Amino acid sequence: MTSDLEIREGVDRETVETVQNMGSYKYGWETEIEMEFAPKGLSEEIVRLISAKNDEPEWMLEWRLAAFRRWQEMPEPDWAMLNIPAIDYQDIYYYARPKSMETKPKSLDEVDPKLLATYEKLGIPLKEQLILAGVEGAEDLVEGERQVAVDAVFDSVSVGTTFKDKLAEAGVIFCSISEAIKEHPELVKKYLGTVVPQSDNFFATLNCAVFSDGSFVYVPPGVKCPMELSTYFRINAENTGQFERTLIVADKGAYVSYLEGCTAPKRDTAQLHAAVVEIVIEEDAEVKYSTVQNWFPGDENGKGGIYNFVTKRADCRGDRAKVMWTQVETGSAITWKYPSCILRGADTQGEFYSIAITNNWQQADTGTKMIHLGKNSKSRIVSKGISAGHAQNTYRGLVSMHPKAKNSRNYTQCDSLLIGDKCGAHTVPYIEVKNNSSRVEHEATTSKVDDDQLFYCRARGVGEEEAVALVVNGFCREVLQALPMEFAMEAQSLVAISLEGSVG
Amino acid sequence: MGAAVQKSTLEARLEGLSTTGFAPAARKDALARLVAMGLPGRRDEYWRWTNPADFIAATPVPAQAFDDSDEAPVFEATDRVKLVFVDGVFDADASDDLALAGVEITRLAEAPDLNWASGLYGTLEVAGQTPVARPLAALNTAAATDGLLIRATAKAEKPINLIYIHRSEVSDPILHHVIRLEEGAELTILENGPAGARFNKVMEVDVAKGARFHHVRVQGRDHERRAATAIFARVAEEALFKSFTLTVNGVLTRNECVIDMVGDDAVAHVAGAALGDGASDAFLHDDTVFVTHGAERGESRQVFKKVLKHGAVGTFQGKILVKPGAQKTDGYQISQSLLLDDDSQFLAKPELEIYADDVKCSHGSTTGAIDETALFYLRSRGVPMEEARGLLVLSFLADAIDEIEDEGLRDDIVGRLEAWLNRHRD
Repeated sequence: MTSDLEIREGVDRETVETVQNMGSYKYGWETEIEMEFAPKGLSEEIVRLISAKNDEPEWMLEWRLAAFRRWQEMPEPDWAMLNIPAIDYQDIYYYARPKSMETKPKSLDEVDPKLLATYEKLGIPLKEQLILAGVEGAEDLVEGERQVAVDAVFDSVSVGTTFKDKLAEAGVIFCSISEAIKEHPELVKKYLGTVVPQSDNFFATLNCAVFSDGSFVYVPPGVKCPMELSTYFRINAENTGQFERTLIVADKGAYVSYLEGCTAPKRDTAQLHAAVVEIVIEEDAEVKYSTVQNWFPGDENGKGGIYNFVTKRADCRGDRAKVMWTQVETGSAITWKYPSCILRGADTQGEFYSIAITNNWQQADTGTKMIHLGKNSKSRIVSKGISAGHAQNTYRGLVSMHPKAKNSRNYTQCDSLLIGDKCGAHTVPYIEVKNNSSRVEHEATTSKVDDDQLFYCRARGVGEEEAVALVVNGFCREVLQALPMEFAMEAQSLVAISLEGSVG
Repeated sequence: MGAAVQKSTLEARLEGLSTTGFAPAARKDALARLVAMGLPGRRDEYWRWTNPADFIAATPVPAQAFDDSDEAPVFEATDRVKLVFVDGVFDADASDDLALAGVEITRLAEAPDLNWASGLYGTLEVAGQTPVARPLAALNTAAATDGLLIRATAKAEKPINLIYIHRSEVSDPILHHVIRLEEGAELTILENGPAGARFNKVMEVDVAKGARFHHVRVQGRDHERRAATAIFARVAEEALFKSFTLTVNGVLTRNECVIDMVGDDAVAHVAGAALGDGASDAFLHDDTVFVTHGAERGESRQVFKKVLKHGAVGTFQGKILVKPGAQKTDGYQISQSLLLDDDSQFLAKPELEIYADDVKCSHGSTTGAIDETALFYLRSRGVPMEEARGLLVLSFLADAIDEIEDEGLRDDIVGRLEAWLNRHRD
């Protein structure tokens, strides 16, 4: 990165890097750490190896193998408005873990300092970092303040989970999924694959076969999770796919807010990420799931970047269950992602707030599905797509009102903003209404950045790029407001950074 | 395996159809196109909600001719040139003289070399096959038995009314019209009648610079019709294309409209009002529209309204495509349905695909029951229940009907709507 730049006397390397990274992808560096890889390629042996590495029981291995067999017979989906270069599934490492993780650290202070430094550099709030590093008394330091428990996933493995003891006091289980398979098999067996079935789609089935780690959350009946939970995904190793699996269960009357962040180093070759998130929400329970997706988007010529194929689905099983998906999608070369809500119970609620920003040669095909099965169910979709450079940005969604979903409501608003005449913005909504007591409303607009608003900002001395960022932040306002505070701040600056170089 | 089955279905569908006669080269090409793309199936993206089985079956489901003599024929109050097809065969005796000032009309079956239309027959249909395949239209181009070549060179003094009469229980007509409006010309085409037990019709409309084309169509009335129709239009600079369709009943109706706006400042409006009652027969009505903006400052509107009851199903698949460079485009699309009872369904896919930044494009889609507050308001002012419901249905359809420019035609359509509502009160 700095090699092609002459470093002059009196200017240290760090300054040069800082300047170069300003306004561009900040997380493109790589941690140099000794890694252990499974052989490249995908076969039954690899599936068995992943299962063995995680020390899994027989039933889990069988489940994986069944998925693998199904996957081999499935065609790759081609319906999205994406131009996906051929992916060689045999040219990927399906398992990569830091050598130091060979024996799982029993406590956080056994974790390799290099890994901890990685998360520090990624800007995971310092107080958590103190805790990740296992500093004595750190947990007391943050007492009374807003606390966030973190599960940190590095390539194929979870390196540590914070606040576990504190959460356990409240009865909340928060750990890596590999740990949950061993420690809480009855819960995993009961819920895994019940929201996203094994053969749901090509990428989900692949995930079922080869997922290596991820997070597990169980919030028992009547418990309001005492702090926000968070997973931070980091892809570090080259030519490695990340396949994480998250399972969140909110039992009757429970509440949990969950945050997800992701980054990866800058590389010339694309990398695959195929995740599955399943959320089960019982009667009167509520789950908020917020994502800031900032995988490496590829360079300004479209080289490299993450191919992000994600299946996320929430099942509102009980009456009055509630789910809210909020996503800020600024990264990835390709995004294929449709966080969905199955509104099974009566009076259930599903919400989807999304900002998807594509710049340079990024492509995004993202949206949601609202499946109304229960009566009086309500859903709301607010999607803001911003396209710049040569990027293509598609909203794709489904609103389905089944005959039994009497008196249900949906409101959908999807707006697209185009910056420049080389990009594209598309809307592909599917609406299926099968009863007449429900109301469905869908609105969509496409426009460019308003010249008057830009002129107003410029006349007051605001620089052009800053002015665009301001206008775009205003355009995204409804979604930014739905984000938890920590994420809202990060998202606002991300909006500006992602559009860097898109004007002029 | 699948291909072999498909081929035999296609062979069965083509059996007895002639692909020779007029425009042999264009028809041969169309047949090759059809063989390459295959007949439509449920797995095709644009057939996900409409089962094409009845369209691709070897023979049509028999349907009785419907006696609508209790009602004055549609468009009767309009001075027009009537051209009559009976079960797909042109009936010269029942038709008016083909002479009309400013317009040339020729029967396709009587013009082996197609005269002025030789370079046009099938060309707009071919253009409309990308990016979405429309096999039934290719089938039509390949196997049409008749149709009209209509060329307007000036402002036509009166509208041309194509009347499709249905007599035989098993008639299966395939008609193909080619219409060309030369620079500055103006023409109105009216269409009505069920045409047959099964009907496949394609209309290619080429609107040259500054020309104005109007189209008003009535599909109905309470007929068991199965119809697949397609309009392929090319709209040049400053030209205008306007089409409105009223559909009442019919077991299965698929109306496709593919509009290519190739000149700057072109205007295209396409609208539809459909009323379906599934009480006695099935009702499935499908509007599939594709508007492409390929030039600057184009204005397009799609306005589709459906009123559905007793298990009727309404489908809308509408798209606005704005090509790179088609700046200052104004694209609008609205699809709405009113479900009068709990059995009916509305399925919609309103799409936008936009590659130019200085554009204004929007779409909206709503579905729901009659507004109880509005109904209560009318009832509290002494309007009887049925009348109040009728009024609300008419007001719901108003935006689509307003797309008809001619006041007389508009009133005629409103009269048809009122009569339908009176016949379908329960």
